[in-house]
Amino acid sequence: MMDSYSKSMTELLAGLESGDFSSVELTESLLGRIATLDEKLNAFVTVTADEAMAAAQAADDARAAGNPGVLNGLPILHKDIFCTRGVKTTCGSKMLDNFISPYDATVVEKLAGAGAVVLGKTNMDEFAMGSSNETSYFGPVSNPWDLTRTPGGSSGGSAAAVAARFAPAATGTDTGGSIRQPAALTGTVGIKPTYGRVSRYGMIAFASSLDQAGVITRTAEDAARVLGVMAGFDERDSTSVDHPVPDYVAGINESVKGLKVGIVRQHFDAGLDAECGNRVKDAIAVIESLGAEAVEVDLPNIDYSVPTYYVVAPAECSSNLSRFDGVRFGHRAENADDLMDLYCRSRGEGFGDEVKRRIMTGTYVLSAGYYDAYYLKAQQVRHLIADDFKKAFADVDVIAGPTAPTPAFRLGEKVDDPITMYLNDIYTIGANLAGLPGMSVPCGFVDGLPVGLHLVGHHFEEQTLLRFAHQYQQVTDWHTTCPEGFE
Amino acid sequence: MSLSKDQVQHIAKLARLELSDDEYAESVMKLSKIVDFVDHLSEADTDGVVPMAHPLDVAQRLRSDRVDEADERDYYQENASSVSGGLYLVPKVIE
Repeated sequence: MMDSYSKSMTELLAGLESGDFSSVELTESLLGRIATLDEKLNAFVTVTADEAMAAAQAADDARAAGNPGVLNGLPILHKDIFCTRGVKTTCGSKMLDNFISPYDATVVEKLAGAGAVVLGKTNMDEFAMGSSNETSYFGPVSNPWDLTRTPGGSSGGSAAAVAARFAPAATGTDTGGSIRQPAALTGTVGIKPTYGRVSRYGMIAFASSLDQAGVITRTAEDAARVLGVMAGFDERDSTSVDHPVPDYVAGINESVKGLKVGIVRQHFDAGLDAECGNRVKDAIAVIESLGAEAVEVDLPNIDYSVPTYYVVAPAECSSNLSRFDGVRFGHRAENADDLMDLYCRSRGEGFGDEVKRRIMTGTYVLSAGYYDAYYLKAQQVRHLIADDFKKAFADVDVIAGPTAPTPAFRLGEKVDDPITMYLNDIYTIGANLAGLPGMSVPCGFVDGLPVGLHLVGHHFEEQTLLRFAHQYQQVTDWHTTCPEGFE
Repeated sequence: MSLSKDQVQHIAKLARLELSDDEYAESVMKLSKIVDFVDHLSEADTDGVVPMAHPLDVAQRLRSDRVDEADERDYYQENASSVSGGLYLVPKVIE
């Protein structure tokens, strides 16, 4: 039991199946670890210890009865953006500090149905708007590799917790890079599937045409295991796609020999830290040594992806967040003079600075006289970017490059300049705009801080990404290195 | 500054956000930076390009209009600050 925290889901499953330990023992040991070590990180908004112990007991009973689910008794965490019935669901905001969700998100329901044991809800940037976890109402999360640095965001709590070995897997959401960038900054694996692959039902909305749920793990095999449960059609999400879910775990063992890897020249220009670039180039060389062929591809409009995103995402955010009115749920201002005063003060008090900024940016680009110049224009440019990817994927199986321009930066370093913060997602945003699956895999260290290799695939080609990542992890050991203080 | 304080006040009103004086000052500066940044889009040649509203080439799915959920009104209303007789209460709208 002592070293179980460092094991992958695959290894833990073998231990549970052979009876080496029970889910109750495993859960108890990880909850103890969280109680001792999370004060260093602040990775949780809520630890659901009682619910976890009950779920672990139920999982052990199901196994004893010969009826285990595919993730039976395995510990996971949920980003606090997923609604969990009877449990506080805050989305990192004061606005929802008092919100007890009356229903489960489809992702929550599916993972519970497979027998997974939820240990808690992880900290995140407020309403998933941020790249450093510093916009959370519940305080920033620290990176286990250096406590003075950010774990990235917005799924920073999930990434930090998986890197710190609090659990082998945590859910996340990714609107512009919010799974992949924190995965890169914490040395974990993060996959954002194709838009529509995983149900968004019960996942608090930020930008509905970009948001997608995924998972953060330490190995590609574990990501395949969890994604296989999360993925699939859901009639409660009108953009969910009815497309068969392949056996991701079976698919990862196939060789990448003969597959083509596209390299985008612009992704290695002056914006990229030179040492990070070297680690990524080394990783691509490793993939070539496995028999894949690297070729250059061109995405001529990719430089427009960040400005396009910062029109489309705030526009959708301003619309989605209009539901927080202080009436049906969420923060409500005291002693309002009239309805207008109730709305304005509930929202003014309940939302943090970055969320207000995004709502106002979105309101501006949608307002009379500016719609064509900004919103319509951004939607057109989005089409150009998506077409560039489509052309590229006619010739290659994946596109590989850096996940983030630098390793983890210091907490406080970029909070005053929104544009510098936004540029963290320069390599990841394109996949969201085009609805493509993307993944980050640990590929080395710069001055003791992890670096991520970014892989993007064609629509519904998650299995190709997982296969590349798994084959790469078979010949590298970056993902098995544990941060100091968390061994 | 590409945005004036008047413009930011108008946007905040449309967005139903009450801001303090300090927040206004900061918003004018930071929103102007964001607007300047997204203005780069005007350099893209988009003549004749169809706007993309959805990342996949699919049509909106419809469902049949039937009741398929249990009535849990009282449970849902536990999240509201002010309810009475199954109704949500707000400040008086009509005198």
